[in-house]
Amino acid sequence: MTQPGVVIIGGGQAGLQVALSLRQLGFDKPIQIVSDEPVLPYQRPPLSKTYLADGNFDQLVLRGQAALDAQQVDVLLATRAEAIDRKARSVSLSDGRTLPYEHLVLATGTRPRRLPLAGSDLQNVHELRTLAQAERLRTAMSAAASIAIVGGGFIGLEVAAFARSAGKKVTVIEAGSRILERSVSAAVSAHLLQLHRRDGIEIRYRIGAGRILGTADGRVTGLLLADDAVVDADLVLLAAGAVPNDDLARGAGLQTGNGILVDTALRTLDPCIWAVGDCVDFPAPRGRLRLESVQNAVEQAKCVARNIVGGNEAFGIVPWFWSDQGRYKLQIAGLTAGADDVLVRKTEDSDRLAAICFRDGTFTGVETVNAPADHMAARTLLARTTGLTRKDFEDANLDLKSLVGSAT
Amino acid sequence: MPKVTFVSADGRETTLTAQNGQSVMQVAMVNGVEGIVAECGGSAMCATCHVYVDTPFVHLAAPASEIENEMLDCVASQRRPGSRLSCQIQMSDALDGLRVFLPETQQ
Repeated sequence: MTQPGVVIIGGGQAGLQVALSLRQLGFDKPIQIVSDEPVLPYQRPPLSKTYLADGNFDQLVLRGQAALDAQQVDVLLATRAEAIDRKARSVSLSDGRTLPYEHLVLATGTRPRRLPLAGSDLQNVHELRTLAQAERLRTAMSAAASIAIVGGGFIGLEVAAFARSAGKKVTVIEAGSRILERSVSAAVSAHLLQLHRRDGIEIRYRIGAGRILGTADGRVTGLLLADDAVVDADLVLLAAGAVPNDDLARGAGLQTGNGILVDTALRTLDPCIWAVGDCVDFPAPRGRLRLESVQNAVEQAKCVARNIVGGNEAFGIVPWFWSDQGRYKLQIAGLTAGADDVLVRKTEDSDRLAAICFRDGTFTGVETVNAPADHMAARTLLARTTGLTRKDFEDANLDLKSLVGSAT
Repeated sequence: MPKVTFVSADGRETTLTAQNGQSVMQVAMVNGVEGIVAECGGSAMCATCHVYVDTPFVHLAAPASEIENEMLDCVASQRRPGSRLSCQIQMSDALDGLRVFLPETQQ
């Protein structure tokens, strides 16, 4: 019998990165990734963007089979982890096998939040997380004329922008008081609302969906809203956020909160079990966080790999995030949620905008639209932790890059 | 199918076959070429797939967009005349034999 090594549950970007980083660090025991998807690990962000246009999976694969073989990373496809036996240090799988482990990494990701919405079982009601769902949506969208999207978050707006550019009639329904409410400042919400409406996307907020309407034979015809208004649509996308996949951890007696609870080293209360990526509730300076981003997935994976080979490193990053919404590139540097003061830089003759965010007088980050250099400058400034205040940014003629030069 | 050669900062060469339409970044990623990070996966958002295109090929690739040009000012290694984000270069028969040099660091 081969000696136990590292078993990684979840074949997304975080899970794969743990394996690749372990090999880079010289880890030479077996590495097995258990993935419930039928395809090799791939990039998920393009599923709501370029993949809808080109359907080209080859552009999404993170490592080909040959590269995985060369690294001796074993990926078990279409296989679910059913339960963890912490005492025996093993995982039982849907194919009946049991995998022993020395270290176990949970990289189980998230799943779309299910709304208790009548009519969700009608044909042409979609959600978007996996390649299979994206392929189903892409095929259905090419035949659809009008699309209703429930949820004005990143996925909802990205798909809306693509659908609109493909000539569809698009309506976005957001229950919150503005689009992207949990993610960006009011200024950026308002800016993107105006840009998307200018492009012909209908957006309604402060209104919930009541139920999905359909014909007797199960075809979608639209959405009934809470105010009894009807949005005609032959395709409905439910995009109301995501919830962490923490059932497996909870079943094994591990602690969960807003995801799988870990300490600063990303370790659960079991010293042999770690967690990485979207499913993780981790401690940060201003309280616990759960981040859904590629950067967080990749950096947590690298941190856990270093800790598995003997490190004792606390996880810490300057978070950054992006969302391509058609022609609009939204980028967020830092943790801008919870800002109590926002300085907005905007030029009337372009779509560019930078929202410089503060909390308790301290610079916390920058949200930009179509201003990538400002975004990069903000990341540099945040990494330096120079304690910048509003006063440093108040000169309207000062660009962020020049601040990088002066704040060394 | 066009070929592309990656030259690492310490001079090691890796030659790979690309599909038409595949980005140079994607060719590197799928084959596990070290030296390209590509954190944003090809959206010209992170400037971590920076390469130096060998001089004879600079004018054969479609020129950089305004966004790419702005991001090239933010790369971790020095920007030079052949600097490109490899996620923005699509492979084609016209680029067969392309050579790109990898920078010392991407982050």
